[in-house]
Amino acid sequence: MNLIKQKRELNAVTTMLTLEAPEVAAKALPGQFVIVRSGELGERIPLTIADYDRVAGTISIIFQKVGASTMALGALQEGEMLTDLAGPLGTPTELEGYRKVAVVGGGVGCAIAYPQAKFLHAEGADVTLIAGFRTKEIVILEDEMRRASTTLRLATDDGSYGEHGFVTNILKDCIDSGSAFDAVIAIGPVPMMRAVAELTRPYGIKTIVSLNPIMIDGTGMCGGCRVTVGGQVKFACVDGPDFDGHEVDFAELAHRNANFKAREGHARDAACRLLNQQ
Amino acid sequence: MPNLSTEKQPMPMQPAVVRRGNFEEVELGYTAEQAAEEAARCLNCKAKPCVAGCPVGVEIPRFIEKLSEGDLKGAYDVIAESSSLPAVCGRVCPQESQCEMQCVRGKKGEPVAIGRLERYVADWHNAQTETTAAKPAASGKKVAVIGAGPAGLACAGDLARAGHAVTIYESLHLAGGVLSYGIPEFRLPKRIVAKEVSELEQLGVEIHTNSVIGKLRSVEELLDTFDAVFISTGAGLPNFMGIPGEMLLGVYSANEFLTRINLMKAYLPDAATPLNPVHKVAVVGGGNVAMDAARCALRMGAEEVSIVYRRSMEEMPARKEEVHHAEEEGIRFATLINPTEILGDEEGRVRGLRCIRMTLGEPDASGRRRPIEQPGSEFDLEVDTVIMAIGTSPNPLIKNTTPSLEVNRRGCFVVDEQMHTSKDAVWAGGDAVTGAATVISAMGAGKTAAAAINEYLANNN
Repeated sequence: MNLIKQKRELNAVTTMLTLEAPEVAAKALPGQFVIVRSGELGERIPLTIADYDRVAGTISIIFQKVGASTMALGALQEGEMLTDLAGPLGTPTELEGYRKVAVVGGGVGCAIAYPQAKFLHAEGADVTLIAGFRTKEIVILEDEMRRASTTLRLATDDGSYGEHGFVTNILKDCIDSGSAFDAVIAIGPVPMMRAVAELTRPYGIKTIVSLNPIMIDGTGMCGGCRVTVGGQVKFACVDGPDFDGHEVDFAELAHRNANFKAREGHARDAACRLLNQQ
Repeated sequence: MPNLSTEKQPMPMQPAVVRRGNFEEVELGYTAEQAAEEAARCLNCKAKPCVAGCPVGVEIPRFIEKLSEGDLKGAYDVIAESSSLPAVCGRVCPQESQCEMQCVRGKKGEPVAIGRLERYVADWHNAQTETTAAKPAASGKKVAVIGAGPAGLACAGDLARAGHAVTIYESLHLAGGVLSYGIPEFRLPKRIVAKEVSELEQLGVEIHTNSVIGKLRSVEELLDTFDAVFISTGAGLPNFMGIPGEMLLGVYSANEFLTRINLMKAYLPDAATPLNPVHKVAVVGGGNVAMDAARCALRMGAEEVSIVYRRSMEEMPARKEEVHHAEEEGIRFATLINPTEILGDEEGRVRGLRCIRMTLGEPDASGRRRPIEQPGSEFDLEVDTVIMAIGTSPNPLIKNTTPSLEVNRRGCFVVDEQMHTSKDAVWAGGDAVTGAATVISAMGAGKTAAAAINEYLANNN
């Protein structure tokens, strides 16, 4: 049981919870995640550690309310308890030794890109943070991202805020105008990570992506999160979630993520009805 | 007057046609009369070979004698001297290859139903409201146990009884290990696991769930605050075959399938964890895990479930009783058959399993006859779900974060006869040492380690 110390609505569909978890906060590193569960019949879902404060003994998670379980999580209030939280899980992102890096975040993926940028920036790297959102209303963490980067380039697909266009347009623009990145770190929806990896491939820029397959235990005991990387089967929860974007089978990942779509749809509708009644 | 019947008192059971539609316990347990009748079959022989057949050395004739006298509390106390989880062991131990295999009554007819009697006594105890366990005097020593499966729970029980402060670190949200996520409700009701775990807590054992050692703290860090460490992390890493099609939708490891159902309760309508509908299911493998997965699939509504096993019924490693239960429930056995490919439809879902027929050759290193492919005998099974139950390996999390711990080439911790690892003050036992084995052998290892740790702590004041 973990106390919810703070709750922030980042936009209409995205919530940040800051949780009391001193042992997790003491060990967490960028790229790692937690498994959380809300309620005794709740499911275990993976969420990236968006921030940690070793002194205060807290970690933060950011999630979009996309289905029944994230809606249940979003219904929790400050001062309430989260049923279960296990972490830090996964292998931390290798962030040592980079001098010039592009960190690319898409939508709620910015919540995961942000701790990477923050860590690299604090280590003295030149960080270009490219943050893309569909539209103005769903922009999150703008101030935090600005503080965590040398250059922040914020864009919306529809041009309603920041630059107009996709993150790939901006990344290409940076590369073509002479930014010699040691690495690109891309985090967001599968099609976006795939597009970034395809963009950097001909340039030969090392590209790290953070994969988001379906998980249950998150400790390597079930293989529900298996992905194909460089022709090899890997368990994202222990071998990742970060992998070489040029080696990942993105089509397979997108396909596997749709496995329970029908069930999830029903559960979401039921959760909506339930939450609307309350 | 001993009961000279050559057969065991039969176990009352849910009929197969009924039970295949529910998750309630299949075997219903003896009545008082049946238990008394069966207890009277024990000859209370001097040699008591049954005791030697029990991995934790329960004083079997002594508890059966108490049971015959109607002293159920006395009978329970005898079992509890040696076993931390009698209601579990009475249900899931392979008695036919342990205590009951050694029983002299088994030479002419069936052995005494020791497991069923142990279960009867433990269930009686668990139904009593008053708590019996008194906390022993504190020794001032602290021991960390990593993993709350059978080995860890057994070790923790013995350490707590010796007065040590025991903390168990468990990675999942519930204690029990395979007892919670693997063995289904219809073989081992989860309230029984919870009850036996709570008895340990009454002894003073602290259980920290959601605590992944290797990530949260390393073994070295545990040694900063604990006098000794016992590693019982099991063998939870699922094996896949490496055949084409294993990434198709509808292919599960048995661990995933069973975890969704048993730990996450996907069979209950209100549980949030999903499982897609299953219709025609192939379970690959012939062990107890395969039987559990097949019988779960049936209860999740499958019309047709087949066990696909590359050897014959004779070599099947699952308990005979479990195979028998599965057959009664209508599970098909496709033996001497091995999958070569999983076939998908245009949506990337499983539509079939391509198999090849096998013949048996000479015995291999495992002592079982080696299966050989019959060229040109391929055929397709029409299925929509494939569950891989072909074994598990130790999870590498602890090994990778504690390089000073010696492991063998299968990733199992190397220990001496007292379960001591290559690292000072660190012991290991259960599947983490042997690879996937049985609940009771894991408990036996936990007890052996506890005895060694108790001795070490007594000598290191």
